[in-house]
Amino acid sequence: MALVVVDVMPKPEILDPQGKAVTQALERLELPGLTVRQGKRFEITVEGEVTPERLEQIKQAADMLLANTTIETYNVRVEGQ
Amino acid sequence: MAKIGVVTFPGSLDDQDALRAIKLTGGEPVSLWHASDSLQGVDAVILPGGFSYGDYLRCGAIARFSPVMAEVIRAAGKGLPVLGICNGFQVLCEAHLLPGALIRSDRRTFYCKDQQLRVESTDTVWTNAFAKDQEINIVLKHGEGNFQADDETLRRLEGEGRVVFRYLVENPNGSRNGIAGITNETGNVVGLMPHPEHNVDPLVSPTLDGVGFFESVYRFVNAKTPPSGTCPTPSSPDSPSSPSSSCALVAGPNGGAPATNAQDDGIGKPQDDGAQKVQGE
Repeated sequence: MALVVVDVMPKPEILDPQGKAVTQALERLELPGLTVRQGKRFEITVEGEVTPERLEQIKQAADMLLANTTIETYNVRVEGQ
Repeated sequence: MAKIGVVTFPGSLDDQDALRAIKLTGGEPVSLWHASDSLQGVDAVILPGGFSYGDYLRCGAIARFSPVMAEVIRAAGKGLPVLGICNGFQVLCEAHLLPGALIRSDRRTFYCKDQQLRVESTDTVWTNAFAKDQEINIVLKHGEGNFQADDETLRRLEGEGRVVFRYLVENPNGSRNGIAGITNETGNVVGLMPHPEHNVDPLVSPTLDGVGFFESVYRFVNAKTPPSGTCPTPSSPDSPSSPSSSCALVAGPNGGAPATNAQDDGIGKPQDDGAQKVQGE
């Protein structure tokens, strides 16, 4: 079993209302100067080896479903490498 | 009578209201199920508001891959009228039937109000019964209706007259250019955040401005398949110079072919054959 992580983030030019809310909450907690952008992390458990084909499959999953590339970017990486 | 299908996804909220609005405005409502791949021969499809699949992942992202959507996407490509309301609009964007995406509103709260809108394009299947630049008031209620698209897409939408509705008085969600609704290149697919199905009944609606959406699609459907002999062909010598009623309706949005061409189809043909005729470009 191996773990592949897909990180999805809103594109820099896209407003991130959630990140903004968290940023403002941190200010209220007297933790200023921390600007947060909020994304999503997908942990995908892969049966067997993480082959290039597997990675391609996961990239496809990110493109089709996990991320909306109109507003988000994604990054695929094998955990522990 | 025009048969209008309304898809129910797990988590749809306004499917029953949409079905009721179709009935109240003189159409024949047909319930469609997300897990079925049959559109039951309907003349048009409405994707209703709500929270399909609990808005998990992103609004509309999972609904977009339901079996019925494969059929909706296929039929929309052949000209079937499709209206996405609120969550339905989100599904249409996720399905790439419409460009752009809808993100969380800049005010970061769920917002519910009677919203003033301008109808900026009457050149669609769902807005031909309105006057250009008509101001209407339709209820909206959403937390994620902030329309976003890149500059190039936005320029194209504006340049091609595909912004169908724009917010007036206030922008309730931070959408770019105050966009409330858009259409595809052929004008048969329209998505908007406000809820026309809630503005059809004088008992509970401050305005009846939602009726025009339904009248528009009925005019379109009826013009496609008129009772024989009711609409003169465009070339007919006794064709009135300013034809009225459904005969006058131009089916091809953005300057496409007139719907009256479709009368050769006769009545009761399978929807796909009829639908192909409406592709204006």
